[in-house]
Amino acid sequence: MKKWLPILVLSLWALLAFIGPWMALSPYDIELTKILTPPTGDAWLGYDDLGRPIFDRFVLGANTSFIVAISVVTICATFGTLIGAFSAYFGGWLDLLLVRIIDVFLAFPGILLAIAFASIMGPGIDNVVIALSIVGWVGYARLSRAQVMSLKQREHVRAAVALGVSTPMVVLKHLLPLVVAPLIVEVTFGIAGVVIAEAGLSFLGLGVQPPDASWGSMIRDGSSYMLISPHMVLAPGISLVLVVLSVNLLGDRVRDHFDVKRKIIE
Amino acid sequence: MYHYILTRLLSGVVVIFGVSLLVFLMVRLVPGDPVEVMVGEFAQVADKDAIRERLGLDKPVLEQLVVYYQKLFQFDLGQSIHTQKNITDILLEKLPATAYLACVALLLAIVIAIPLGVIAAVHKGDAIDNGAMAFSLLGVSIPNFWLGPLLILLFSLHLNWLPVSGDEHAGAIILPAITLGTAMAAILSRMVRSTVLEVLTEDYIRTARAKGLKERVVVYKHALRNAMLPVITILGLQLGTLLGGAVITETVFSWPGIGSEMVDGIQNRDYPIVQACVLVISLLYVVVNVMTDIIYAWVDPRIRLAEGQS
Repeated sequence: MKKWLPILVLSLWALLAFIGPWMALSPYDIELTKILTPPTGDAWLGYDDLGRPIFDRFVLGANTSFIVAISVVTICATFGTLIGAFSAYFGGWLDLLLVRIIDVFLAFPGILLAIAFASIMGPGIDNVVIALSIVGWVGYARLSRAQVMSLKQREHVRAAVALGVSTPMVVLKHLLPLVVAPLIVEVTFGIAGVVIAEAGLSFLGLGVQPPDASWGSMIRDGSSYMLISPHMVLAPGISLVLVVLSVNLLGDRVRDHFDVKRKIIE
Repeated sequence: MYHYILTRLLSGVVVIFGVSLLVFLMVRLVPGDPVEVMVGEFAQVADKDAIRERLGLDKPVLEQLVVYYQKLFQFDLGQSIHTQKNITDILLEKLPATAYLACVALLLAIVIAIPLGVIAAVHKGDAIDNGAMAFSLLGVSIPNFWLGPLLILLFSLHLNWLPVSGDEHAGAIILPAITLGTAMAAILSRMVRSTVLEVLTEDYIRTARAKGLKERVVVYKHALRNAMLPVITILGLQLGTLLGGAVITETVFSWPGIGSEMVDGIQNRDYPIVQACVLVISLLYVVVNVMTDIIYAWVDPRIRLAEGQS
């Protein structure tokens, strides 16, 4: 069960995100007679405070979180890794500068910097992606920088340099493939972080704008009706926890898979 | 030792400079026009210009930067656009509430995490360990903006034990502290477990056992003490996540701290407030981290003595 749960949950998440736009849903349709109706047979998750079907909005929310997570992690991992790898390879003042920049970014607590950027750019899902990317690339840059630092003296790299292979080729073909293992671990945990961050920003009203839906904005809307209609916050909350939990479980497994030292200790 | 402290302090100063620079650049570098976000797309050009002038955004960037640092050195964070109040005064008024919340959450996390991590390590692989680690995994995965409302629903609305929000009641701290501390307790307990596990394989533990010491003494006196060092570092680093999380937790519980001030600032499009909050919280975090490093050196004789030998 522990083995299959994460894969099942994540596949469902991805499936909902992909087929959501093609499903016959009406997430924006308001039916005043159904305001705050609890779950019934034909409306699985009931209706929200405006009389919109929660299941339909829930699917929309899955789509939002999936797209944001994949975009942010892709942007961050690509740029972060490249910046870190080239900086470590060239060294010198450029590298010193990068280390300082990384230090500065990491000096901002958690989600705070993303909240600040998102609020200054104005609410909207594009801005959430930009804000989370501005903050997120640093982790990947630090990781790939540290890896390339220790790898660049390896013999195969020096041999490639001696043979006259161009610098971008050395970094891309001889160094980066060796960084992939820790990078996959970072990406997996990164997805969990972005899913929570996007929902958090949407909870604060900085993410998707009404009438669109995100699990975070659904929780925000629902928390005012907690006592009479807890069903509004249950579905988005539980699925958020399940997705993040699954990504973390998967991350743990991926890390253990690559971590030889831990295998010996445990 | 002194050399180590000095280097740490110096790099702390560099980071503080960088952090304040990034906060300055934030408004100026992001795509789009923050003034437009502030007053709305359809505002009159004259109104936009007036705001720009008041914030000094109409001057050359370098001049703005100089003024920014001059004011910063005098602890002048500017004025709120919304209420016209002095931001330094506002934040000084709100800071104690945030510090109180963060400290209680931190304490809670430590009190939960250390026994949990140690017990899990000692019972490695059996049901207790699995249970503790399941709790820890769940704790990291529950977002505080969901955990908060759930706790309110259970303890405030259904059981009627604790207040829903605010800070007038003495028990009002309990739910926000649990909400904020849970993720940290979860991360910390995993950390304690893995460092204790690592320490338990050391030779001096075998020696302690061979001497015939009780297992409790071996675990708590010999293993835990040595396992605490990496935990202290993580504690310092995790404080950042805690402070970031305080923004959301304070909003959920209407806790009158810097975090909810920042969210109010966001809702009122009051940038000077948002910027000042980010700056103050981050500076606090940097200071705490530098202090952690220094305490770490002081606690760990290997760092303290390495200096004397070199």
